[in-house]
Amino acid sequence: MADDALFEFLHMEIVAHVYKEQATREDIDKERVTCVSTLELMGFRVGQGLIERRFTKDCPTFKEDLDIMKFLCKDLWSTIFRKQIDNLRTNHQGTYVLQDNKFALLTQFSTGKQYLEEAPKYLAFSCGLIRGALSNLGLESVVTAEVSLMPSCKFQVVIQKL
Amino acid sequence: MAVCIAVIAKENYPLYIRSVPTQGELKFHYTVHTSLDVVEEKISGVGKALADQRELYLGLLYPTEDYKVYGYVTNSKVKFVIVVDSSNTSLRDNEIRSMFRKLHNSFTDVMCNPFYNPGDPIQSKTDLMKWQPLNGL
Repeated sequence: MADDALFEFLHMEIVAHVYKEQATREDIDKERVTCVSTLELMGFRVGQGLIERRFTKDCPTFKEDLDIMKFLCKDLWSTIFRKQIDNLRTNHQGTYVLQDNKFALLTQFSTGKQYLEEAPKYLAFSCGLIRGALSNLGLESVVTAEVSLMPSCKFQVVIQKL
Repeated sequence: MAVCIAVIAKENYPLYIRSVPTQGELKFHYTVHTSLDVVEEKISGVGKALADQRELYLGLLYPTEDYKVYGYVTNSKVKFVIVVDSSNTSLRDNEIRSMFRKLHNSFTDVMCNPFYNPGDPIQSKTDLMKWQPLNGL
């Protein structure tokens, strides 16, 4: 795997590019929604591909959703961000909260409340990543992210039971 | 040599089926379709048996008078089915496993192709080339 910084810089440029493309078009609200969706869809496809690649090497038995989430927190997160998720909470009803205290894509911003409004843009891709990975493992979900204090952030995953 | 190779998606529709053209293709489509039931049975059966290491390779699914059908399932529930001619000296288990492993690797490559949308029928020419030696076509 190449240097971490490569992916971080590339990600920043992707976000900047997507926003620049949309800036020439209509009003502000619509622009924000389409940008976030675009980034999320990118992350989705990347998540699917990653699972297919990384997953063929071993074959763990996933009996429960919780096992899948644990795998996501440990193996997948280490592969992408070189660290594991710091905290995983669940209500055992299909909702999981993954907390990362030093999220790699946010460390460059600030260590406090500055730039808080801009943070969600940089989390959209990662939300899509989680959703794509889960979808390829057989779980449909809705992933949202929130930031209250950088660089820590929380991803909330709600599994859709069909 | 394998007479038919099929890749079936998680939702049980075929992504790719290729067979020796001299024989009726429809017959192979039908064989692969019926083998799906056996695959489902094996997947759900193993889960209940509390196996620690669930094998991706499912083994011989069922033999007919002319053919033997082997199955393999990935962790993302994509199934591979290979139909082999029985009249040949029976291929050893290891050979079938290595065929599946190659198939799995090619499939992973297809997934990583940026022009491929997961869920679409596989149309990549390079992968068709790769699966030729398996088919002996």
